[in-house]
Amino acid sequence: MSPNFRIAFRFLTAKKRAMLMSLSCTVLGVGLFIVTQATTSGFEEFFVKTLLGTDGAMRIEDRIQDTLRSMEVAGSPDFQIRQREGVKYIEGVEEPQMIMDTVRSFANVRGVSAVLRGNVQVTSPFKTEDAQVFGIKLEDHRFVSELERKITTPEGLGKFQESAATALVGRVLADRLQLAVNESIVINVRGESRRFVVAAIYETGVRDIDKTRIYIDLADARSLLRKPTGATFIQISLHDPNRARQEAAHLEEVLRHSVRPWQEREKEWLSVFRALSVSSAITVTVFTLIASLAMFNTLAMIVLEKTKDIAILRSMGYERRDITRIFLWQAAIVLAIGAIVGGIFGAVVSWGVSLVPLPINTLFKTEHFIVALSPWHFVQAITTAVVMVMIASLVPARRAARLEPGDIVRGTAQ
Amino acid sequence: MSNVRPASSAAPLGDFALRCSGLQRYLGQGDGRVHVLKGVSFEARRGQVYAIVGPSGCGKSTLLYLLGLLDQPDGGDIEINGQRMSNSDDFARTAARGAHIGFVFQFHFLMLEFTALENVMMPMRKLGRLTAPEMEARARMLLESVGLGAKTHRLGTQLSGGEQQRVAVARALANQPSIILADEPTGNLDVKNSTLVFELLTRLAKDNGQAVILVTHNPEIAQRCDVTRPMRDGLFV
Repeated sequence: MSPNFRIAFRFLTAKKRAMLMSLSCTVLGVGLFIVTQATTSGFEEFFVKTLLGTDGAMRIEDRIQDTLRSMEVAGSPDFQIRQREGVKYIEGVEEPQMIMDTVRSFANVRGVSAVLRGNVQVTSPFKTEDAQVFGIKLEDHRFVSELERKITTPEGLGKFQESAATALVGRVLADRLQLAVNESIVINVRGESRRFVVAAIYETGVRDIDKTRIYIDLADARSLLRKPTGATFIQISLHDPNRARQEAAHLEEVLRHSVRPWQEREKEWLSVFRALSVSSAITVTVFTLIASLAMFNTLAMIVLEKTKDIAILRSMGYERRDITRIFLWQAAIVLAIGAIVGGIFGAVVSWGVSLVPLPINTLFKTEHFIVALSPWHFVQAITTAVVMVMIASLVPARRAARLEPGDIVRGTAQ
Repeated sequence: MSNVRPASSAAPLGDFALRCSGLQRYLGQGDGRVHVLKGVSFEARRGQVYAIVGPSGCGKSTLLYLLGLLDQPDGGDIEINGQRMSNSDDFARTAARGAHIGFVFQFHFLMLEFTALENVMMPMRKLGRLTAPEMEARARMLLESVGLGAKTHRLGTQLSGGEQQRVAVARALANQPSIILADEPTGNLDVKNSTLVFELLTRLAKDNGQAVILVTHNPEIAQRCDVTRPMRDGLFV
């Protein structure tokens, strides 16, 4: 144990009450920082996971066409070069099978599914609602979504797989239309009506999806929407969804189609979660700020009370930097204990919060607080506490180091 | 003044642990600025005990703090064991204090959260010349020699004034410094303890060949020193 640490520890334990105040604020600051970040991340991760499980990691949407212009070279109309001016997006995918075959050759691609989408009106015996049909091939779509696991009715996907003119209806839409499995609906598009039987009801948990989407077979969708070829988009799932941006950029280059990764597709919601995370972090940092002020106060008191000790240490050969270190060690001791206890406190409270019932049925559906603890939350919380407390401790530590031993023993130290 | 036996200025340099010449020191600022030391010169040999006496405010303690490198002179030179220190930086002066100088203050200045043993080990821990067991053995030996062998593990708060001052003497001797500076070491003690502390200081210093310079108001103590230097108005008289 270094002499400076030994002295710091004794100085600190001599001021138990003030030290406990600083320590408790540090524990609260670290702990609550972890709790708020864990809950915000929990909801964000749940939301992202739900959307990845429904809409996949990437979508190939529109064909990209370069627009060109001609330039005369050196004023000669006989010699021209063509220069790329910009790009034009042509809606939809004209050759989905060719694109899908190419995409499947990428190592990170887990599944590919062509989707044909159209706006419709759906009518039940009870009422009519606006909706969107999503034409899919179930055998492909199984690999790009968790639709199968989202079915809430006991019949599962059997009937949808086996029978034509069947539909999967979202839970919210089914409730609005008062629909049950095996009941009929009429889907109207551009004045033409087709009858479908509800094969199953699904619930993704994302309200916007559950109240508008009706999944039908791709062949039925082509017939209904009068689009015998092409697709609205191609949905892709990845083994590593976090690499979606890089994969999208690569695919876009190869396929000459716009490819939107999930981070871009959901960027509005992701920025909302980011803002929530930062705002809650700032709020709980108040505790860390109080901890740093308490530490400043404790150390300033110790400096005042220990001027004679500082003088005697200096007379024994302790340097100015030793005096600084003695006071910074005190802050470090409080921080170390505060980080450990605060980390445990944060983890325990986060676990406790995850048990709190919290029915949410708006943006997404959950029955409990969702918590996702990450080592990064601990790192961020402890780093914030270290930076703030150490900065606050520097002032009294440097003041102590500046004291002149001669002035102290003469009784004229300021 | 009786028993004044000034140290010989013709002594070889090696005999002197400390020398200063023409020391000037002002204290205060503006209208309150006072010329405390007006060109003081002084030498201290190893194995000798020096008393600096004089009325309050004559500059005795200021001189002691300058000699102990706790303060910076406004003019003049200080040599510690032949090394000129008056113009040295804080780092060099701090190192010299740790290695060559031991202090005993009037009000003990023990660190009260620490035991007597830890107080004595503190300068040794900073200097780092000895291993931990060696430090502890030396601290025990020093406390034994000042008569506190049985109270090594008492906190500063659990010791009487006389005992605290004896711990301070042991602590001043911890790093075997060549110079012991004592500012009114017996000023806060009763007669019995004053005698005890003074005898300790002089005996241990003589045994170890250390120069002891003490500031005192006590004429009996001053009389028993090898050299007594009276001061008045910032000068030796």
